[in-house]
Amino acid sequence: MKRVHPLALIGGVIVAAFLLSAPMFLKSYGIYLLALWAVTTIAALGLNLTLGYAGQISLAQGAFVGLGAYTTALMTGAGVPYFVAFLASGVLTFAIGWCLGYPALRVQHHFLAFVTLAFSTLLFLLMRNEQWLTNGIYGINDIRRPTVFGISTNKNTEFYYFALSMLVAFAFIKWWMIRSPWGRAFIALRENPLRAASLGVNVRRYTLMAFAIGSAFAGFAGALYAPLVQFIEPNSFQLTYSLKLLLMVLVGGAGYFLGPFMGALIDLLLPEWLRFTQGYYLLIYSALVVTLMAFCPTGVLGIVERIREARISRAASAARAAQAPSATSSN
Amino acid sequence: MSSFLQLLVSGLATGAIYALVAVGFSLLWQTSQTINFAQGEFVMIPAFFVLVAIKVLGLSFPIAALIGIAVAALVLGVLFKRVIVDPMLKHGVLPLVVSTIALSLFMREAVKDFYSSQAQPFPSLVADHDITIFGTVFSAQSLALLVVALVVVGALHGFLQHTRLGRMMQATAQNPTVARILGIEVERMILYTFLINSILCAIASILISPIYLAKFTNGETLGLAAFVAAIIGGFNQARGAMVGGVLLGILDNLCAAYVSAQYRAAVPLLLLVVIILFRPQGLMGRVEERTV
Repeated sequence: MKRVHPLALIGGVIVAAFLLSAPMFLKSYGIYLLALWAVTTIAALGLNLTLGYAGQISLAQGAFVGLGAYTTALMTGAGVPYFVAFLASGVLTFAIGWCLGYPALRVQHHFLAFVTLAFSTLLFLLMRNEQWLTNGIYGINDIRRPTVFGISTNKNTEFYYFALSMLVAFAFIKWWMIRSPWGRAFIALRENPLRAASLGVNVRRYTLMAFAIGSAFAGFAGALYAPLVQFIEPNSFQLTYSLKLLLMVLVGGAGYFLGPFMGALIDLLLPEWLRFTQGYYLLIYSALVVTLMAFCPTGVLGIVERIREARISRAASAARAAQAPSATSSN
Repeated sequence: MSSFLQLLVSGLATGAIYALVAVGFSLLWQTSQTINFAQGEFVMIPAFFVLVAIKVLGLSFPIAALIGIAVAALVLGVLFKRVIVDPMLKHGVLPLVVSTIALSLFMREAVKDFYSSQAQPFPSLVADHDITIFGTVFSAQSLALLVVALVVVGALHGFLQHTRLGRMMQATAQNPTVARILGIEVERMILYTFLINSILCAIASILISPIYLAKFTNGETLGLAAFVAAIIGGFNQARGAMVGGVLLGILDNLCAAYVSAQYRAAVPLLLLVVIILFRPQGLMGRVEERTV
């Protein structure tokens, strides 16, 4: 196992302290944004599993979030306890992810991308047109917030702590999965599918699992999203949202564990910081993404890693240079 | 019956446009493994080049249209290849996919911010009037569109199949290594593919904008249609994209009329899923063999 760099340790402690104490010095909107960050990160974590570890493009992560959100909103609206609805959202998205991936992963190329693209549009049409169930374009209002261990999450602060603890739980699940033999098989798949196959890894089943689990993460994120925002409508879960999640994972760094955290943070904070640019925000953001991809396709964390590697190799060559004179003098 | 004929012709007209866009899309994929998620925006934006030439430079429509095509070839062909695709190709498919997604967003926002967020009227090729053939009324516009698109598709097909250059391009698409061994300048062929794609997109743009009006969101539906058409037809065959495009256009129009206008957009997608399930290589495609 890699030794944890002391700087990384200190950074981690600072981040944790900030996240825990944030409600004390942030206004309600700031807390709401942080809760949204936690929820979005869960969805991005799932996509990172599909994309960064199993190497498949999914263009339906946003749609799966929508599916989870609608499932939770409709079930809690019908009087079902929140945690039952929460679990149902995850199970449903897992099952649908499995059914979508099954045919798509039979064939090579990026067919999953196309199938998920189709699914994302189909789901939007269903949400918009089936008014008897989803209330169409008017969306669902007044989604109740859950009571966790007897604590009501009606205030943003309480909900934020709830979302944060969920994020920690899901991050832990993912961390554990990646380190298990299972997760190692995922990585083997990404690095070299043919080699993995010849070593006895069932490529298709593992890819399918990665995708289905990734989708389930989105479903759980949706189950948190609905009570957080308390109003859902089909437009929020259009293809654009899926694309945004995809950009988040790649901007943060696909295949890096911390990538989605970073990507979601950038995606939520940048619009706030670039507010002075007014309407030009998306223009600037998209131009930045194109530039980032051209110079560092492994994302922001890729840049960090590159700098670290450069420093290590500089240090190594400095060490060699220090040894070199003694080597020449002995000759 | 006459309404069916009308639907068929308007479906053919839409389909011919889809075919134009889909052919370019699959050509790019074949020669350079570029999945261009900005293909729809490539069709949306040349209309605005033409509008700028008319409004700002005060040119007449035919000259403006030619300038629009030329600018498209330069920006969406050469510049797109040099600035976006070339530096990223060595990193694999994924960064390029993300980059083209961001590019599509960029182009959409640029038109919205710097031109207009409103749908813009666009001059049409022919004056709008109705033509009656065999007791069925057709709009002159969609007939003209159909003719022009078919001529372009036909010319492209002839070029690819029957000229030396076209066959060299096909060879590059099918197997770049062997093509290089045979003395074909692979790099130049790839550049030609990008040029052809941008010109096809510009033509489609000029044909379709009088009907749908020029608007910054036009690319969404068109890009998706090109995508679906290319896969239905077979990703590795230019011919397949043509068939897929026409099929999709007809299906789209018939379904809107006879099945459900609400779920019109769902039909091509369901077709896509069925094709992937039962014939993943596409209607016209060859099965690709994998080398170990």
